[in-house]
Order: sequence, then structure tokens, then C-alpha cells
Amino acid sequence: MHTPVKRVLVNEPVCMGCHLCEVYCQLQHSRSTDLIKAFKKESPRQLPRLRIEARNPVFFSLRCQHCTESHCIYACLTGALSRNTDTGAVIIDEEKCTGCWTCIITCPYGSIRPDTLRHKSVKCDLCQGAETPACVLHCPNEALVYEDTGDREGKVSRVEAPVLK
Amino acid sequence: MTEARHNHYLIIGNSAGGIGAAEAIRECDKTSPITIVSDEPYPAYSRPLISEYLATKCPLERMLYRPPDFYEKSGIRLLSGRTAVRIDIKDQTAELEDGAEINWDKLLLATGGSPIVPPIDGRKSTGVFTFTTLADARAIDKFIKKGMRAVVIGGGLIGVSVTEALERRGLKVTIVEMKDRILNTILDETASAIAAETLEKNGVKIITNHTVTEINSEFTTDRIHAVTLDDSRGISCEVVIIAIGVRPRTEIASEAGIRVNRGIVVNRTMMTSHPGIYACGDVVEAYDFIHGENRVTPIWPNAYLGGRVAGFNMAGRPTVYAGGTALNSIKYFGMAITSAGVFAPVDSTGEVVTTKNGEVYRKLILKNGRLSGFIFCGDIERSGIIYGLMRDQVNVAGYKQTLIADEFSYISLPEPVWRERLASTFKPQPVEAETVKVEALR
Repeated sequence: MHTPVKRVLVNEPVCMGCHLCEVYCQLQHSRSTDLIKAFKKESPRQLPRLRIEARNPVFFSLRCQHCTESHCIYACLTGALSRNTDTGAVIIDEEKCTGCWTCIITCPYGSIRPDTLRHKSVKCDLCQGAETPACVLHCPNEALVYEDTGDREGKVSRVEAPVLK
Repeated sequence: MTEARHNHYLIIGNSAGGIGAAEAIRECDKTSPITIVSDEPYPAYSRPLISEYLATKCPLERMLYRPPDFYEKSGIRLLSGRTAVRIDIKDQTAELEDGAEINWDKLLLATGGSPIVPPIDGRKSTGVFTFTTLADARAIDKFIKKGMRAVVIGGGLIGVSVTEALERRGLKVTIVEMKDRILNTILDETASAIAAETLEKNGVKIITNHTVTEINSEFTTDRIHAVTLDDSRGISCEVVIIAIGVRPRTEIASEAGIRVNRGIVVNRTMMTSHPGIYACGDVVEAYDFIHGENRVTPIWPNAYLGGRVAGFNMAGRPTVYAGGTALNSIKYFGMAITSAGVFAPVDSTGEVVTTKNGEVYRKLILKNGRLSGFIFCGDIERSGIIYGLMRDQVNVAGYKQTLIADEFSYISLPEPVWRERLASTFKPQPVEAETVKVEALR
């Protein structure tokens, strides 16, 4: 399986929970990409593709890890979820997603969200190949970084392990 | 007659399991020939989407499970509309209905399930259908008209899916369920009641504790006009859908001498009793990590995963199936319910924690502090975190109430737990000098 080239990592000690990553994620995925329109006019409004986890003084934003072994892709009933072989990102084809929420149960990070108004699952798409995702670009504190993580695999995303040697 | 072409991999079945295997094979082996045989006349499509097809008449292209160029790009030969009728283990060949013989080095049986049709009088009349394939959905689509009355026999997943689709098409539907509640194999009483209430609010009539004993049709036209229940009650209808369940299509395996119990028995590498022959999907009895034994769990995600493991092993990459279990996400008339594992304790050592507020209902079933099942109704967004803890059999005894709290999120877990589980999302921190010194002193 293609390994993601880059992932968004959280430099947790310096995250102060300002929610700007959330705001800019939502803006990036809006139709207008205009701050005022996106938040005050668009309906239904797009959901942010990440969540802020907060328990003072610990804050961090959590998003899709683009797992090497992606349960969500394997579980998707319609074939809407797939891996973009260029960026390594796990992406949802909204044309094909029917909002059955099967992927949501299989994500160990709880990072796929049900958009109940549009009947679509939504998740981080690494801003579709952008050089720097919006959340990282607008983080005022460098609490988010976009880095090559090599073959670093989340512990909880294993699928077929243990592999017999 | 055996064809001259040498097929390294032969896959019988072209749905989630077969595709899962083919994709895994191509990750390890880009060149050896793969042939997929399917008795259905189209490329792989999303079987669960047949209810969407029936409800909205969505075009076939939208139902394709993989892009149209999938087979060509992956170097897979698809023989669609061809039924495999026999396999010869000694000669390593499969015989198709049209007489063709296809050889193999590695074989995968991903033949799925077929609907159970009980011997009810009148089951062959015009207007009686099953609902597991696109062909079924197409036949129903052609037959139904707005305003017709339908009786759905069986209140399980398939029965309720077809009910919603028919209601959306303007039919009046009555579900007849033999047991005391609908969805009784995946939900407990409370969640079943929530689902039933949602259906009833949307115009569905539900009759429980009864069976259909006869389907009555006009003598001259053979068109049905009613069903008779076991208490002699008649229900007028023009359409009947038999949705009692599916059984594994094990015939070609058992005739070849492959070990079959309720489904084809496979080990943790998804191999059958015969080396070189693998099986996956709705046709198998594969490892269930909650029950600790092999079980038939005919659901899409398990089919794909089992196929993936089979494919790796067939291609020479030794891989073990971590196991699956019952896992369902259902959404009828907007009401979302997720469930996994068992919905009630299997013995007296089990423990249950629940919370309910209107239609939001959460239930965990634990054994020895570890999750063996859960049900989330109404608010399902965080159920993936719960399923992850269940899959990894994390001991959650110390914080089980937290898991069903309204405001539950990752950070509600004890810090060592979320730090470990989210390790991949954090930028590794430099080890502080002080820590190094302390370590050195030890």
C-alpha cells in the first residue's frame, strides 16, 4: 500500500486551543471560500474536518491519520472512500457517498464526521494536494506541522496484523 | 474443455471479498494472471446500494464499487455472467455452466450467500420477490406502482432496508416478523423499539410474533392479492418481499470435499481445509474476535477484510486475519444506529452500562472489563473510538461510564490511554535533558 508522503502532526505542548485550524478548515471546504459568506450565508454550512480536543491545559486538534491500513476504505459499502495515490490521502468521493456511516464506526480516531444535513461523511483530505493544508498554514503558533512521516503507522489502525514471518 | 491460458489466481465471486482479494494480490504481485468469475452480468457493484437504487432509481454507474477501468488497469480478466458449477481439486480446474474449464494455482471462493425462501404456499406467484441482488431490485422496480401495498416477510436488515425503499416509492408496507421485535439479531429491545417507532412514524406497519403461512394469488392471473398469517388473518397486498435471511452458498465447496460447517470453514489465514484454496465473505465461517471462534458474519466490511487477508496469503505474503465480528451501521428515515459485537451479555460474567435520553441511547456490553459489544442510537459520531477500543480489547473498566457520556471525546479517556492511541498524530518531542539525566543516574 502506498505510504502517505506527509501528514499533519500536532506539536501538542504549544497548542493553545484557539480553534483557528477549525475555522480555516471549514473555510477551505466551503463553497465560496469567503470568510463572511462561508460562515454567515452558506447553507448547509460545511463541517470542519478536524476536532479540537480540550482539557485545560491540554489542547490539540485531531484529524484523519490517513492510515496505511485504512479500515474506512475497506469497510466503505459504495467504494466512495479510496486512497489518492499521488498524495497518499484517504479521500471521499461525495458523489458516491450515501451517508450510511459505516466508515464512521471503523475509524479508531473518530475522525470521520457525519454531515447529517448533506447525508455525506466528511473527513480531512489534506486540502486535496495543497502544498500546505489550511489548518497548518493558519496555525498562529506552529502547533501544527506538515511533515514527511515515512512509514509511521498509528498503533490502532492495524488491520491484518500480526503478520507471520 | 480446459482453456490454454494459465491462470495463477482464480477468484469465484465479484463482490467485496473477491475485490478485496484481487486488490491485495496486486499490491504484492503486479503481473500474474488473475481471473474473476461472476454469475452476475456486470462489474462489481455496491450490493448494499440496491435499496438506494430501488428508492431513487439511481443510475448503475453510481452503484459501481470501483471505477469503470478498474479491471483493465489492475490486469484482471472478469468473466461476468458466467456461473462456476464445479471445482476439481485434483486437476485444479473450475467448470463453468457453459462447459468452459478454467485452471488455477490459487483459488478463492467468494461465492457469497443466497436468500432463504421458506416453503410458503404461493411463493412462486407473480409479485413475490427476494432482495439481495441488483437483479432483484430491478425486478421489483419494474413491478411496483405508487399506492401498492407490500408485505415484507422478515424484519431483519434486508427487510427493513427494502421497506424504507418501498415507502420512499409511495407503497404502503407491512413488515411481518416471526420474533417479538424487528432487527432482533443486531439490536436489543430498547434499540429495536426506537427503530420500530421511527418506521411506524413513517407509515410502516409492523406485525411481530407472527409468520406468513400462505401467499394468495388470483387463479387466472397468478397475481397475488393477499397473504395469510398463522392466526388466519389476511393482509391485502400486491407485492411480497421475502427477506428472512441469507445462507452461505457452499455447494461447490462441499461437493469438492472442502470442509463446510454452517459456512466454509477457514483458518486465520482464510485458507480452507485444502491448501491453496481460500474463502472469504458471506460464504465463510471465519474468526470472530468477540466470540473467540469461527462464525458466519455476513457483512460487507468483514468480506473485504477477509478477502484482503486471503489475497495476501495467496500472493505469498503471510498474513493473519485479526478477526471480525458483527458490525452494523443502519440509517432508516434519518435515524442512525450503530452496533457491534453482542447486544446483551452472553453469560453472567457480562456487564452492561447504558444511558438514554429520548432517541439518544448508548449501551456498552463488557466482559472482564473489555468491550464485547455496543449500541449507539441517534448520536453515532464517536462510535468509531468505541469500536477501536473493542477491537483492541482495551480494558476500559476504570472509565466505562465516560464512554457513554454526552460530551465524550478522545480527551475524556485517561491521559496514558489517549496518548498511546493517538501517538501517530503527535510530533515526537525532544527528550528533555532532565529526563536523560534521571535515566542515566538509574
